[in-house]
Amino acid sequence: MTPMIAVRKLVKRFGLKTVLRGLDFEVQAGEFVALVGPNGAGKTTFLRILASLSRPTMGKVRVAGYELPAQAAAVRRRLGVVSHQPLLYGDLTAEENLRFYGRMYGIPALDARIDEVLELVGLAARRRDLVRTFSRGMQQRLAIGRAVLHDPEVMLFDEPYTGLDQDAAAMLDEVLHTVAARGRTVVMTSHDLARVEALATRFAVLSHGVIAASVRRDNLAGENLLDFYRRTLQEGQASA
Amino acid sequence: MKKWSRPVKDFLRATRAVAWKDLAAELRSRELLSAMLVFALLVILIFNFALELDVKTRRSVTSGVLWATFIFAGTLGLNRSMAVEKDRGCLDGLLLAPVDRAAIYFGKAISNLVFMLIVEMIVLPIYSVLYNVSLFEPRLLGVILLGSVGYTAVGTLLAAMSVQTRTRDVLLPILLFPVVIPVAIAAVKASGGILQAWPMEDIMPWINLLLVYDVIFISVAFMVFDYVVEE
Repeated sequence: MTPMIAVRKLVKRFGLKTVLRGLDFEVQAGEFVALVGPNGAGKTTFLRILASLSRPTMGKVRVAGYELPAQAAAVRRRLGVVSHQPLLYGDLTAEENLRFYGRMYGIPALDARIDEVLELVGLAARRRDLVRTFSRGMQQRLAIGRAVLHDPEVMLFDEPYTGLDQDAAAMLDEVLHTVAARGRTVVMTSHDLARVEALATRFAVLSHGVIAASVRRDNLAGENLLDFYRRTLQEGQASA
Repeated sequence: MKKWSRPVKDFLRATRAVAWKDLAAELRSRELLSAMLVFALLVILIFNFALELDVKTRRSVTSGVLWATFIFAGTLGLNRSMAVEKDRGCLDGLLLAPVDRAAIYFGKAISNLVFMLIVEMIVLPIYSVLYNVSLFEPRLLGVILLGSVGYTAVGTLLAAMSVQTRTRDVLLPILLFPVVIPVAIAAVKASGGILQAWPMEDIMPWINLLLVYDVIFISVAFMVFDYVVEE
């Protein structure tokens, strides 16, 4: 089966600093992969490359069957991205934000789609309120609405829980469950291991610019994700 | 449907969407317009008191004062317009859209031009009253339009470049003013010529320079914007 995301020997350098060092990574269609790792491991850089926001220095990257960066527009059409920043305009209403992004993606029957998405993220009642009056949790839910508006095959979440309180994080969990249940391929970075353990079907540990280990949830063999994560990092340090 | 009509339609749709979004947001916040307007009015007021001139001399300095006001006020607007995109990560949101990135540039440039023209249309009558000079000459309005197009064309491109740096507020004027000198000189000369009733053949070279500058910088921005915003 052709993987939805296929990365081979990916290298990313910023000047003299090498952030990704020959990273290999594969995600099958419908998988929910949690990408975990310490600060500075290169998680955000990696997601930005998958999102076509940054060019690889070397290596091959294919998303949804299209090569990056050569076929970036085709990849973007099939990709939804949620980061710790909401990518929303505070001086526009929730509906206007979605309408703007809908026009950028050329979504047909946009009004109906906006209604559907606002229902999905539980913001239908606040559709005419300015986004700057929203709490952080509501903004993050609307950010998910923005990302799923064009019904993408692949979704990338970069630390979506940053700055959320417990209630807002729990609501975000519900939305993420719904998004994942629709068969989308999801890659999510997070430091909240307990949360991603409940959501993801596979875990990959990114350390020192490479995938140090990857395991399916069914294969954790009694170990919890935190133990697996710590063991992987310790083994990495020992071998270094 | 012709082969090329779909990409052109997509391009125009994205350009319209970006411009609409900027105008709608500004209509609510009025942050950018009020900052530009207050700054512009202060500049013409200060010049008015600093240069206590007779009517004839006023006509000769009007174009310089006017364009200095437009250019400095315009820089405020350009900086703010791109900073709004960067601060909430919205620039990434725009770059993630499956559209030609030049459409994003044109949308931003159009909204910047509209903001600049609004400020100019408010400043002109106030300037006329303060300096006792009539500025409602169709040819002068044409020159102001051409100069503003050139200024926002290059300004939007350089603002997109400088907004990615930590020193964006300082960097934009440093990058922009040297590049925009041909527009400033041509606009000042053409405006001055019109106000002082020069013969048209003396004014035309400056208007032609403005036209050429506009075409060159719009074309350059169209070709390089993708690389400018690329990480």
